[in-house]
Amino acid sequence: MSSFWSSWTWKMAWRDARSNKKRLFLYISAIIIGVAAQVAITSFRESLTTTIDNQSRELLGADLEIEAERPFTDEELVYFDSLGGEQSEMIEFNSMAYLPESGGTRLSQIRAVQGGFPFYGEIQTNPDSAVRTYRDNKTALVDNALLVQFGAEVGDSIRIGNTMLEISGGIEQIPGEAAAASMIGPRIFIPYSLVDSTGLVQRGSFVEYKMYFKFDDGRDMAQMREDTDPFMEEHDLRYDDVAERREEMGEAIGNLAKFLNLVGFVALLLGGIGVASAIHLYIKQKISTAAVLRCFGASSDQTMTIFLIQAVVLGLTGALAGTVLGIGIQFMLPELVSEFLPVNVDLTISWLAVGLGLLTGTGVALVFALMPLLSLRKASPLYTLRTLDESLTELLGTKTKWGIYAIIALTVAGYATLITESWIAGGIFTVGILVAFGLLLLVAKGLMWCVRRYFPTGFSYVWRQGLANLYRPNNQTATLLLSLGLGMLLISTLYFSQDMLMSELNFATRDDAPNLVFYDIQPDQSEGIQQIMEEEGAPVLQNHPIVTMRLSSINGRGVQEIDEDTTSNARGWALDREYRSTYRDSLLDSETLVEGEWIGSVDPDTGLVPVSAAQEIVEDLDAGVGDTLTFNVQGVPIKTYIASIREVDFRRVQPNFFMLFPSGVLEQAPQIRVIVTRTAGQTESARLQQQVVQEYPNISAIDVGLILQTLNEFIDKVSFAIQFMALFSILTGLIVLASSVAISRFQRIKESVLLRTLGASKRQIISILSIEYFFLGVLGAFTGLILSVLSTWLLGYFYFELTFVPNLWVIFLGTFAIAGLTILIGMLNSRSVYQKPPLEVLRMETA
Amino acid sequence: MSSSNILEVTDLTQQFRSGDKKLTVLDAVSFTVSEGTICSIVGPSGSGKTTLLGLCAGLDRPTAGQVILNGITLGDLNEDERAAVRNDFVGFIFQTFQLIPTLTALENVMVPLELRGEATKEVSQYAKQLLEDVGLGDRLNHYPTQLSGGEQQRVAIARAFINKPDILFADEPTGNLDAETGETIENLLFDLNRANGTTLVIVTHDLELAHKCERVIQLKSGRIDSDEWINEPATANIKEA
Repeated sequence: MSSFWSSWTWKMAWRDARSNKKRLFLYISAIIIGVAAQVAITSFRESLTTTIDNQSRELLGADLEIEAERPFTDEELVYFDSLGGEQSEMIEFNSMAYLPESGGTRLSQIRAVQGGFPFYGEIQTNPDSAVRTYRDNKTALVDNALLVQFGAEVGDSIRIGNTMLEISGGIEQIPGEAAAASMIGPRIFIPYSLVDSTGLVQRGSFVEYKMYFKFDDGRDMAQMREDTDPFMEEHDLRYDDVAERREEMGEAIGNLAKFLNLVGFVALLLGGIGVASAIHLYIKQKISTAAVLRCFGASSDQTMTIFLIQAVVLGLTGALAGTVLGIGIQFMLPELVSEFLPVNVDLTISWLAVGLGLLTGTGVALVFALMPLLSLRKASPLYTLRTLDESLTELLGTKTKWGIYAIIALTVAGYATLITESWIAGGIFTVGILVAFGLLLLVAKGLMWCVRRYFPTGFSYVWRQGLANLYRPNNQTATLLLSLGLGMLLISTLYFSQDMLMSELNFATRDDAPNLVFYDIQPDQSEGIQQIMEEEGAPVLQNHPIVTMRLSSINGRGVQEIDEDTTSNARGWALDREYRSTYRDSLLDSETLVEGEWIGSVDPDTGLVPVSAAQEIVEDLDAGVGDTLTFNVQGVPIKTYIASIREVDFRRVQPNFFMLFPSGVLEQAPQIRVIVTRTAGQTESARLQQQVVQEYPNISAIDVGLILQTLNEFIDKVSFAIQFMALFSILTGLIVLASSVAISRFQRIKESVLLRTLGASKRQIISILSIEYFFLGVLGAFTGLILSVLSTWLLGYFYFELTFVPNLWVIFLGTFAIAGLTILIGMLNSRSVYQKPPLEVLRMETA
Repeated sequence: MSSSNILEVTDLTQQFRSGDKKLTVLDAVSFTVSEGTICSIVGPSGSGKTTLLGLCAGLDRPTAGQVILNGITLGDLNEDERAAVRNDFVGFIFQTFQLIPTLTALENVMVPLELRGEATKEVSQYAKQLLEDVGLGDRLNHYPTQLSGGEQQRVAIARAFINKPDILFADEPTGNLDAETGETIENLLFDLNRANGTTLVIVTHDLELAHKCERVIQLKSGRIDSDEWINEPATANIKEA
């Protein structure tokens, strides 16, 4: 490699490149986009991580958060005092908010703060002062999203439960929370002193109690966590500190960034294929130059180095351009994901990203150019006397070729591992890409074989020539099928996955499916609400009583003992959770008995109550039919046994229960009710909710239509971010397509000119080219789409547990749209072939 | 080897495999060429002329036999060592000119000496001189595509002489040119050859050109059919094989 440092090889590289600038730019354009995608994501990720590190205390708003699903006991409060520092308590629950001016109702997250929380960062409101005065003025701060939804303004009223408050400010941002959180439930802050007057915090209501701490003594939080752990465990309290929050956040962001990085990496790989194919043809055209140089005494090293230098410089230039572009794109990314971020990102240029961009861009260009470059070493000086009639890669031995394939695979795996920080994920990605590559290559080879084998000899000349172009020497079939197919695979998998998820959710909008659920209904309110529903023409589809209870033992063993037993397969969440069970004498159509015997009713004094458990909870409790479970029903122990196991369709938007009791046992227990109905449309739903909430402020409603709409918006926003990254692949695919077409133009120019000289009309030339591009486009897109159907099906089957039914129209239209695009790009790039006189083309193209 | 023989070919055989068949292109060819000789190799298409030229210049390895060029046995050398021998002693002229399309006329001529790592300024001066000698002093910075066929071949001749080769191989040097241009090129080639005292081996099927040489080796089906002296040698010490 001493030739690399020789001034002559650099001079020759420059001399050779200067008249090929336009062509060489095409070669590198493919990797620019891929590098840009990498740099943008990596740099943004770095900026985000730095921001989170800098603002980690704002994420929690305190140094420590302790949480319970019940009021703190006196013992706990004394313990908290012993921890020292400044304390602030927050109560949080969900309730309907009613805005009388517009009549709007919406299930919201209500928060009441006592003390100085948030200690770090500030809730931003409009007007600014509202956050400081709302408690003293007994007013409410309301999420801007809710104000916008109902056209409400500061100064309007809002009713939470039994209390009517004035809205003194709109919430713009809460430290540590993403704006998208308001999509799930708009956030409303009310003074702590007014919680009781809402009447919403009652027995059976789901309320979270949080105590926040601020420590000014710089204490060792890790040590503190260790010290307090036994108390937290004993009292079933949840402990969250800054380090943990930062770790959770970092992990979530890291995972998203890793995923986006991989999506971007596919673009880079596509670029690599583009470079490989381009350099391959470029080198092939340089064989005679290399042979002449060899004739006059250049060594194989010197000859190869001339083109190696070009590849390195090209790669570096492409990487540099991509890096600059990527840094620019980074500034667009916050717009895409800001709603999901709990912090305002301070964007900086990440030198790690810049270095990585330069390295990967150059590396990919080089690795993918390895095959043609090494072939050049084998260029015999004899080619000055005789033309090379074999493929360039045939000059290389089988061992060398496999060595190069291995280097490419290792480079891909290495970089994927670097991005995902996991050998397994990197390996799976590499295998996936290799399989996709392999299948696409197989289709390409199969296509060429089929066309050759079943060549339609009876077709007109134009068709025969167009088809023959698919397997001609130096054809672009494999490259185009790879780049088109891989781009399509990626984009369509994203599209199909979204489609699959949405169609699964949309079942709830079927004509007969329930779309409105009222809950937290006190037993004495049940009749009244049913009357309102009757007046509004909404049928009572289901009316379930709900009794809250906790599991105390399984087969006589206490749940704590089972939880601590490392040999037990029972899951902690199933043992500790609060069970919201119901009782009735029959099964619903969403429930199917899979094991045991269903017993619908028993005598009130039955000693051992036969319950029906859902399949999921039986698995997580590591229990089965016949096992005894003892429940603590608000102080009263009730002994039961699992008489049957049900398969429950939890995807239905309706109350589903892990534990179903027979009628006759729980009727006298404290309970609330849930009523499920169906309204004709959104207007009817809103009116019914308004009537119910006005009459019974404690009742909350889940509007399925609204949830679906929200989910749709949410998925749309998330998928937009992903599609934005996938766009890089599409762009690269198009560039590879354009450059492949441009490169193949150089090859076919003589042939087209010859045809024109022999009397072919412009129309015939266009037809020949169109037929070739049509088949390439159709097959590339179709193969990509079929692979994406397969990958979506696999995703659905193994990950989402859904059955994917592809939309054939999408496949059909997608295939032809891409085929059309391929023809268009092909034609645009080839227009000089058919628009100019043959001689002019020959002079121009060979110059 | 005799001290005056610049090229010695002994039992040179070249075979190619075409499917299951073995194709013998050259069959035990032997001859020598003395320094300063202008020698032509003629024969019909497929007689093995170009293959013989390629082997003599060390562009390929023979199936059997040996080539000694300027006292160096080419068979003992690897490809890069043979390249170095070519750079030191050999010049080439091709039927299709083989100019590097991305280099100007001047740069094309400079390549052989640049490969030796010689100082650019002197090389450039000498290359300009040679281009002037072949009548292209005003086309130094033209690219091959901007030159006519005859002009391209003149650049190729200038390039062939720049390293002051001991032996010059020309493969159908006028094959791609019209009669008039061809004749100009022939004259130029012979003039420069005489002026430099170079040994010249021309492969051609143009018998008129062949008969302007001192010696004509006729190939037929891979063997030497005849080998005759037709003109007085330009230099003394000519020995037949």
